[in-house]
Amino acid sequence: MEIFLDSFFNFQIMSEASPLLIRGLGTTALLCLVVIPLGLIGGLTVALMALSRSPWLRWGTIALIDFFRAVPPLVLLIFIYSGLPFADIELSPFTAVCVGFFLNNSAYYAEIYRAGIESVGVGQMEAARSTGLKKIQALVYVVLPQATRNVLPDLLSNTIEVVKLTSIASVVALQELLYSADMARSVTYNSSPIVMAAGIYLLILWPVVRMLSNLEHKVGK
Amino acid sequence: MDTPQPILEAQDLRKSFGTLEVLQGINFSLLPQEMVFLIGPSGSGKSTLLRCFNRLEEPTGGKIIFDGVDLMSPDVNINTMRQQIGMVFQQFNLYPHLSVTKNITLALRKVSKKDSSEADEIAREMLKRVGLEEKANAHPDELSGGQQQRVAIARAMALEPKVMLFDEPTSALDPELVGSVLQVMQKLRDSGMTMVVVSHEMRFARDAADRVAFMSEGQIVEEGEPGAIFENPQQKRTQDFVSEISR
Amino acid sequence: MNTSETFSRWDLFTETFFNQRLIDEYSGAIAKGILITCEIAVLVVFTGIALGLLLAMLRSYRFLPINVFISCFVDILRSLPPLVLILLAYFGLPSIGFSMSGFLVLWLVLSLILAAFAEEIFWAGILSIRRGQWEAARSTGLGHTQTIVYVIIPQAIRMTVAPLTNRTIAITKNTALGTVIGVGEILNQASTAQSFSGNATPLMMGAIAYIVLFIPVVAIGRWIETRFAWRRI
Repeated sequence: MEIFLDSFFNFQIMSEASPLLIRGLGTTALLCLVVIPLGLIGGLTVALMALSRSPWLRWGTIALIDFFRAVPPLVLLIFIYSGLPFADIELSPFTAVCVGFFLNNSAYYAEIYRAGIESVGVGQMEAARSTGLKKIQALVYVVLPQATRNVLPDLLSNTIEVVKLTSIASVVALQELLYSADMARSVTYNSSPIVMAAGIYLLILWPVVRMLSNLEHKVGK
Repeated sequence: MDTPQPILEAQDLRKSFGTLEVLQGINFSLLPQEMVFLIGPSGSGKSTLLRCFNRLEEPTGGKIIFDGVDLMSPDVNINTMRQQIGMVFQQFNLYPHLSVTKNITLALRKVSKKDSSEADEIAREMLKRVGLEEKANAHPDELSGGQQQRVAIARAMALEPKVMLFDEPTSALDPELVGSVLQVMQKLRDSGMTMVVVSHEMRFARDAADRVAFMSEGQIVEEGEPGAIFENPQQKRTQDFVSEISR
Repeated sequence: MNTSETFSRWDLFTETFFNQRLIDEYSGAIAKGILITCEIAVLVVFTGIALGLLLAMLRSYRFLPINVFISCFVDILRSLPPLVLILLAYFGLPSIGFSMSGFLVLWLVLSLILAAFAEEIFWAGILSIRRGQWEAARSTGLGHTQTIVYVIIPQAIRMTVAPLTNRTIAITKNTALGTVIGVGEILNQASTAQSFSGNATPLMMGAIAYIVLFIPVVAIGRWIETRFAWRRI
């Protein structure tokens, strides 16, 4: 038991590592603030392309979505970070992560938006157009609000996944929360900093996961 | 000659949902081969009483004696007892993923441990009795409501129950389909099955029942032969109800 | 613009990303990586879904202490990034005497995560079955376990197929995280080869391997989604 506590809940080490972890948390937060809005905007754009009337654009977009859904995000990230420099495209870890996440998240958010928009009947669009709204106005004021509400649980669920996914940025040496914790672990030969990082993720995400669960059950009824 | 022993008996049966007392001390007994109708306004507790008889609803007090066994006793294997108390539901509740035959044979195979050829034979026999032999391999969604309910009756009969409980068996049916279900129930009654029926089919109650029990606000207010209850009710609440429905 | 310059740029590009010599040299390693990725993926899918189903069935008994445990298990595994759990299990457990290979850690962690998500999906499916189905089964004498096995689960499965497929694909792709703890899956083979050769070709091979492996899976997932058209709305 004592060994267990010493290996995983060593408060001495935790408190020593905490400045590092807090700085890491700051980077994680910054990363989220950039990649989540970027993914939402990208996803919406891609969804509208996937619902286009032109079959070329439609199928091209769907192929692109499936392409980025098939590539594991870490593979994409490593390719961007250490593959592209061979083509003289050198990106900082932060930029590389943002580009990788933008490509990956846009595909996932796009699928959700697409389902949402499809769930709103054509009658809504027709009704809005019949009152003289332009297509874009009908979309923004009538269709999208309903679509977003219909897929809110999925949007939230995917956003949780994005926040969790930022941890893979540690692999390309971006000093976010997990990277800082792992650095502290390798210096101290003790896993407590990782437990602490886990605790921080739990603190942030558990309430959101709970909320999502309730939302899903409410929507399900 | 002895007076016959009741097959099913409720003694001071009580059931509350939170603070709401739905059954307020029911005493009721059912003789073998008897057909009893429970009637009364909605919310009077008749369905709850019926569902207490096989403990789909757990009573909060009192006793249920079935065939001499106290169903509330902790030693009772309720699943074995339930095989002897058939139940037919308002919404039929056929299993949508199973064929008609499999609907009937599931409990025969899994609880009575009959082998499948024997179970299939029983299913065929039961379907013949409800007039649906040709639907043996159909799935529930290919049947009309009336046919579904007859399969549900066959499913309950297949276990050779000593008593059958009917919970508003025709309420979910289109009017033109009610007749076929009542016909099957009449046949069942003629064969000597003991039955308790919660139903709004007053004409059927008058024609077929041995006894009618009128419930209101969680109590059995009055019971007797259908003629007596419908033509000459003694209690004020029964009179109101009877005049309401015969209008 | 003169043609020889364009030609040499193109040459440089193929030289860097599609170098024939390196393709020959490392195709064996990548093939080995594909095999390991597939092995872990199949193991994770089976153990994860089986455990998730078992937990959802346990939950249906509505025994409070067990349900609190299951809820916490599910919430925690849905909240934590997989990489955190992988690092914790790989570097932390040896200090209390549980030494596991990277392969085993990856299998265990991803299975538990899939189990958590699968449990939620199965449980939602179980809750969606009308009460009358339970009552009909119980009234014919079937016990709780028999009811759930023969009546409830077969009906619930239909509506779990689509979300479960998508979630399973997402979690299976996390096999790439194994590279961090030295599991010789595709990404690991590719990055090792890249640092040996100082060329992006192996990485390109790895990326292509993933695409060849997962595009059909994603396409099947899309087909299943329309086939079992089920939306949560």
